[in-house]
Amino acid sequence: MKQQANWSPYDNNGGTCVAIAGADYCVIAADTRMSTGYSILTRDYSKIIQLADKSVMASSGFQADVRALQKVLGARHLIYQHQHNKQMSCPAMAQLLSNTLYFKRFFPYYSFNVLGGLDSEGKGCVFTYDAVGSYERVGYSAQGSGATLITPFLDNQLKSPSPLLLPAVDAVTPLSELEAIDLVKTCFASATERDIYTGDKVEIQVLNAGGIRREFMDLRKD
Amino acid sequence: MMKIDFSGLEPSVPFKANADDLDDEILAAPSFALPVTADFDGFQKAAVQMVKPAKGTTTLAFIFKEGVMVAADSRASMGGYISSQSVKKIIEINPYMLGTMAGGAADCQFWHRNLGIKCRLHELANKRRISVAGASKLLANILYSYRGMGLSVGTMIAGWDEKGPGLYYVDSEGGRLKGTRFSVGSGSPYAYGVLDSGYRFDLSVEEAAELARRSIYHATFRDGASGGVASVYHVGPNGWTKLSGDDVGELHYKYYPVEPTTVEQEMAEVPMA
Repeated sequence: MKQQANWSPYDNNGGTCVAIAGADYCVIAADTRMSTGYSILTRDYSKIIQLADKSVMASSGFQADVRALQKVLGARHLIYQHQHNKQMSCPAMAQLLSNTLYFKRFFPYYSFNVLGGLDSEGKGCVFTYDAVGSYERVGYSAQGSGATLITPFLDNQLKSPSPLLLPAVDAVTPLSELEAIDLVKTCFASATERDIYTGDKVEIQVLNAGGIRREFMDLRKD
Repeated sequence: MMKIDFSGLEPSVPFKANADDLDDEILAAPSFALPVTADFDGFQKAAVQMVKPAKGTTTLAFIFKEGVMVAADSRASMGGYISSQSVKKIIEINPYMLGTMAGGAADCQFWHRNLGIKCRLHELANKRRISVAGASKLLANILYSYRGMGLSVGTMIAGWDEKGPGLYYVDSEGGRLKGTRFSVGSGSPYAYGVLDSGYRFDLSVEEAAELARRSIYHATFRDGASGGVASVYHVGPNGWTKLSGDDVGELHYKYYPVEPTTVEQEMAEVPMA
């Protein structure tokens, strides 16, 4: 009997995620559209999950893999809380996510993640990943279907000096919290114009010393 | 009778064929989930195609009178798209040892992190730091145990141990070479050109750093997949120090300063015949 030759365990549900780190805040945003091919499956699906008090992850790619990944991270964080009686820090969560992704090196999670949060000094931090767990701490990042549209725009607007430079140049985003939120909204409004997998609504989560705030902005629905 | 320790040859993390049991994934020791498929190679090929790993690099390292010089660019590209200009391709394994990164970013990052753990454990067990030869062999044995499964690593392990400066090239095909001069990555032919023509053993630290920086710069100039920042590290008897990190865009004007050109001849109206 002939077997199905071109079956794949993966699908691409699209979506765009953006995160910006500031001196004392972090903005994490993602659109709420979920699609497959040319079909829109839903216009109201949140891609952002809070993993710990001070770390929030936004993920695009294959929704089933993203959910499985979120479940593993959630469970690992629960165990961590029972063992250490505290919340995981954002840099610790960043390395956990890297290792979790790499342990699926030979059967990858089809997910493209950005992790945003506040470090132990209260400074904003953004970690950006590839699907198999290579990661890097950056000042801002975009991932997912609209990343190639948004990243050059953010480079133009924020161009933080490379952290590799020696003598070092301060790399903090020179924006206030409200300016950063406005910039994120502009990014999504523009990406929606040219990316069919981005649209409907953008969900924005803002982390600062006061906690987490959530807001939404409508995007084009076509 | 003496026994040979083969434990280094065993995969450091067990394989797991059943990826569907989520409980296992959380509670048991971490292990590599494998796809349930008859065609592992085909699956790998398709999966790698989908996740589009970042590629393209220039890295180099050489031994000279004062120690080891290590340098790298910082670009990551996926096909024609530059996915990052700030990748840390020189990985700090411990204060006396550096690793360089070429090939799959995640493969290099993960296994160097793993090597750092193994080196620290060796230090605690034996009350002395691991030799560069030993550390590079730990990595080479791990990579050899995964041979044929699609890992992509081309790395140099540079450090200072009891025998002095050490430099090894290790790759995912199982190769491990001891040497005094290496360059790895898509830009390596260009880097070798500059490096080989300027290398002497009795270089001073400043001269060696300049040679390393210039080699990386010229590689980024000719290789589209290399670019960003040229980082230069030196490993001496007291461990490594980062000597410089320069944007290659700015280095260009250091090596080729823009001079005001003298006008040889003013353009003039040609008289009508």
